[in-house]
Amino acid sequence: MTDFALTTFSSKGKLLQIEYALNAVAKGDTAIGIKAKNGVVLVVEKKQSSILVEESSVQKVSLLTDNIAATYAGLGPDFRVLAQQARKLVKKYDLKYQEEIFVQTLSRELAEDVQVATQRGGIRPFGVSILIAGYDEEGPHLVQLDPSGAYYSWKATAIGKQAKNAKAFLEKRYNADMEIEDAINTALLTLKEGFEGQITPTNIEVGVIRDDHVFRILPPSQVKDYLEELE
Amino acid sequence: MSGIFEYNGGSIVGMKGKNCIAMACDRRFGQQMSTITTNYQKVFKIQDNILLALSGLNTDIHTFYALMEKEINLYNLKENRKMKPTTFANLVASALYERRFGPFFVTPIVAGLENGKPILATYDSIGCKSDLDDFQVGGTGGNYIYGACEAFFKPDMSPEELEEVIGQSLVSGCDRDALSGWGGVVYVLTEQKLTVKILKTKQT
Repeated sequence: MTDFALTTFSSKGKLLQIEYALNAVAKGDTAIGIKAKNGVVLVVEKKQSSILVEESSVQKVSLLTDNIAATYAGLGPDFRVLAQQARKLVKKYDLKYQEEIFVQTLSRELAEDVQVATQRGGIRPFGVSILIAGYDEEGPHLVQLDPSGAYYSWKATAIGKQAKNAKAFLEKRYNADMEIEDAINTALLTLKEGFEGQITPTNIEVGVIRDDHVFRILPPSQVKDYLEELE
Repeated sequence: MSGIFEYNGGSIVGMKGKNCIAMACDRRFGQQMSTITTNYQKVFKIQDNILLALSGLNTDIHTFYALMEKEINLYNLKENRKMKPTTFANLVASALYERRFGPFFVTPIVAGLENGKPILATYDSIGCKSDLDDFQVGGTGGNYIYGACEAFFKPDMSPEELEEVIGQSLVSGCDRDALSGWGGVVYVLTEQKLTVKILKTKQT
């Protein structure tokens, strides 16, 4: 730990370290989130560097609590750390209030940890943008959390390599009356649009939460069914 | 100090009715055998639908109440919503346990209405929460009030009946206890309003 900040302002008023962190995010595998009337879906690319990699051991959609999960674009290990911090925040809240935490509350508290990394001495910003999806008392939520600590609520969004194209695609396809099944199909279609090579049930990950407040990461067999429906 | 919970004296009682709850407390603030004032507040309105009653060491009553006020105000500002009575009830338990090895010398009762449903919880001084179906007492006159409550209480009373029963139980209990009394205050909370009534007890 050093005493001085590593992230400091440029003369133009920018925090270059955060810009560079966003560059790292832009190089990461694409992740897409869509909020429907009655649920939220997260879909993320999981392309492995080699066929020798044990695909089932890689988990890109992480459960933060029963009704909230997250995925990312950018540096995997940074996401792992933040996911664990988020889980601890949920439990801390649970110990104090014994109540299901709201997605907005969790996003805000996690965002504080992310912001601290842009100001505290001796540490660098996190190199991930995170998509948090959950269903709480207020309804379905989709929140994007950036390396700067800024967080935004979305109806539908994409982060990572194909973010720009995917968002353009989503803008055309999204409508507020979407049900969760439509949203899942749309998310898969959006991912397929910019996918390099063949999309298979094992090189993507799909997570869904419906109004039962239970987040489920779909097993490859279910993903296969959805992908076949797209044909 | 022997009997730190008895030093200031005072009694509280909470009761559930049909879609309503009631809390009552005495008004005495004493120092062992001396009475200092006869208008000390022991029941606090935390939110429109939550009441907190505290008995025990008066300095801790005041401090713990202030701590709960701070928690709920910060919660309202951060979360941009009101706190549910069951959530507040859990908050009281964890706040008490946080001071496990240097506790607040209070025994709280929390009462509230959550979507019209009555909520009643009581705790020991280190946060052991009990959810109750009927009534609970606290303070030096507690045991005497218990007797009166057992005799007069019936489930699903109307706000008017509840006010009468809790008032009578408090008054007869405090009359027996040397360290409680000098007046009583009864709070009855329904979906529509909170009524506060001041009662006369034996002036000793």
